[in-house]
Amino acid sequence: MDGVALIVSQVLNGLQLGSIYALVALGYTMVYGIILLLNFAHGDIIMAGAYILWIVLAQLGLNPVVAMLLAVAGCTLLGVVIDKVAYAPLRNAPRLSVLITAIGVSYFLENGAQLIFGADAKVVPSFAPVSSIQVGGLSLSFVALITVLVTALSTVVLTFLVQKTKLGKAMRAVSEDMGAARLMGVNVNNTITFTFAVGSALAGIGAVLYVMAYPQATPTMGMMLGTKAFVAAVLGGIGSIPGAVVGAMLVGFSEVFVSAIGLSVWRDAVVFLLLIIVLIVRPTGIFGRTMSEKV
Amino acid sequence: MEEELMAEKRPIISTGGRGPAPAGRRRSLPMAARYAINALLVLLVLVVGELMIDGGAVTRYQTSVLQQVGVYIIMAVSLNVATGYLGQLPLGHAGFMSVGAYGCAIFIMRLTETLGMTGRDVVAGGPLVGLVVFAGVVFGGVCAAIAGVIIGIPALRLKGDYLAIITLAFAEIIRVVMLNIDDVLGFELTRGAAGLTGIPSYSNFLNVFLAVAVVCFLVHTMMKSRHGRAILAIRDNEIAAEATGVNTTYYKTLAFVVSAFFAGVAGGLYAGCVGVLQPANFGFMQSIEILVMVVLGGMGSMLGSVLSATVLTILPEALRAFSDYRMIAYAIVLILVMIFRPQGLLGSYDFSLSRVIERVMNRDFPWNRSKGTAEGKEAADA
Repeated sequence: MDGVALIVSQVLNGLQLGSIYALVALGYTMVYGIILLLNFAHGDIIMAGAYILWIVLAQLGLNPVVAMLLAVAGCTLLGVVIDKVAYAPLRNAPRLSVLITAIGVSYFLENGAQLIFGADAKVVPSFAPVSSIQVGGLSLSFVALITVLVTALSTVVLTFLVQKTKLGKAMRAVSEDMGAARLMGVNVNNTITFTFAVGSALAGIGAVLYVMAYPQATPTMGMMLGTKAFVAAVLGGIGSIPGAVVGAMLVGFSEVFVSAIGLSVWRDAVVFLLLIIVLIVRPTGIFGRTMSEKV
Repeated sequence: MEEELMAEKRPIISTGGRGPAPAGRRRSLPMAARYAINALLVLLVLVVGELMIDGGAVTRYQTSVLQQVGVYIIMAVSLNVATGYLGQLPLGHAGFMSVGAYGCAIFIMRLTETLGMTGRDVVAGGPLVGLVVFAGVVFGGVCAAIAGVIIGIPALRLKGDYLAIITLAFAEIIRVVMLNIDDVLGFELTRGAAGLTGIPSYSNFLNVFLAVAVVCFLVHTMMKSRHGRAILAIRDNEIAAEATGVNTTYYKTLAFVVSAFFAGVAGGLYAGCVGVLQPANFGFMQSIEILVMVVLGGMGSMLGSVLSATVLTILPEALRAFSDYRMIAYAIVLILVMIFRPQGLLGSYDFSLSRVIERVMNRDFPWNRSKGTAEGKEAADA
């Protein structure tokens, strides 16, 4: 492979990884933006999506399109159920209690999956129609291209949803000031649940794209993916939608770069070091709002 | 942001009494007697425990679980300094534990090698071994405290959740460094993923629980001193504390480093309990488990930390028979406790034996509380 092709394929790898992180990071950032909760269970929703794909494709043998739709729908439903069962009773509780509840939910999902499906990896049959496409003499990975495109589209739709629709307005109002939003007639509880639904749907899309690239499902697959996406969200400034995408791309590219120069054992350390440096220079992330403390 | 994190209103940690007592009427224990009572109690527990182990009433397996309980009590109490008393949310406590564990284990292994002691000599005990173990555990604590300074200075500039993330990031970096440092530096130190094996089993019931008592005592006395009050003031309102002349940067770093030091001590003892160290044992989940102990017991309550560390260490062992379901049960219990008792099981209540004895001395029982105080008032008026 000549130099140009190598660079193009590595850039595409970085974009692909960054895109998957971006979809997950958007879920973290939206939930954080609205109720200031670090939703530890978010990574495990991806795991649930991967298992849904496995059931539908490998066990039931249905059409891949049906599988993808079911995975996204299943993740959305799971996100809403988690919010209703575990987080909704804690709307007025101290934030640390909600955080611990999120950890509990994460434990529950991981161990539940292990109990039902076993600890070994389940191989999901490949469902990408073609493996690579030729563009001007370069062979590009189809999965990578579709991942980048779908992520770009999702981000645009999400931005439209948050900025231009009535529900988006309600979401922004609740994140600005929950009490005032309630006085203005916004149904705060439903708005929060809707935020969880949107975040989980994005995680579902992320699950489909992730499984396309790495075709297996394990009970703990969401943990590292979730942590990295979470780092990406904080890097960009948690609570900010463009921040999540930029942070995710940074994380994705630095991982691919570190692996490409042969230091893949230090990959995780480099990502976390990047986070530390950014936080020391800009304590609320790249796009984060600086909040001044009032007496 | 921190204020929201700790949104619940709670009393300043109890100073022992129930408000100003009528002067001259309330009898109280002298300080020396309080210390003597508690020291006697600790001694009693240690002697009874040791006798039971020697007599065979407690099996080897149970003893090893007890040692783990002691280690996790120290971990929870030390994290409580940073979480319950300082009001921050570090998510990287296992990182300090691993620094202390590796530091102590390597120190003791090298030292026993130099002194020509075998693993059997270490288990047999004696004054020299005691000294070596003490030095090793303190060395582990110092290593962790140094890591605490390095991490604390940048981390404590951040607030709330950002502090949580940066400590998580540091702990993950520590883990990756432990995993790969041998390949980079080219000598044998941590032995990477294969794990550090052949650590002499220098921890036993006696030294672990002695350490528990000493750590609890030190943390308790620190929190009752003016330094402790400064730390509590920062938790309750940082700006107000700064305005009243508390050097917030210094005290935040102090609390964080003390917390790291004791985590290192616990790590050193842990290395002696398990005999094998692997970087994977000190991941993110380990930090979370310790945080869960603190929050479940009630933040800012030492008794809460001790109890929940004990229960959460013994329970998984006791439920071995139902190993498939135990983690699910654990998760459900966690969620239920947080929904129905968000301040933790004990809230910020702390137990004090001397307080109980004083109540008995003053006949200040719950059933004649209202009468008692009325009488006290009359007596003071007269």
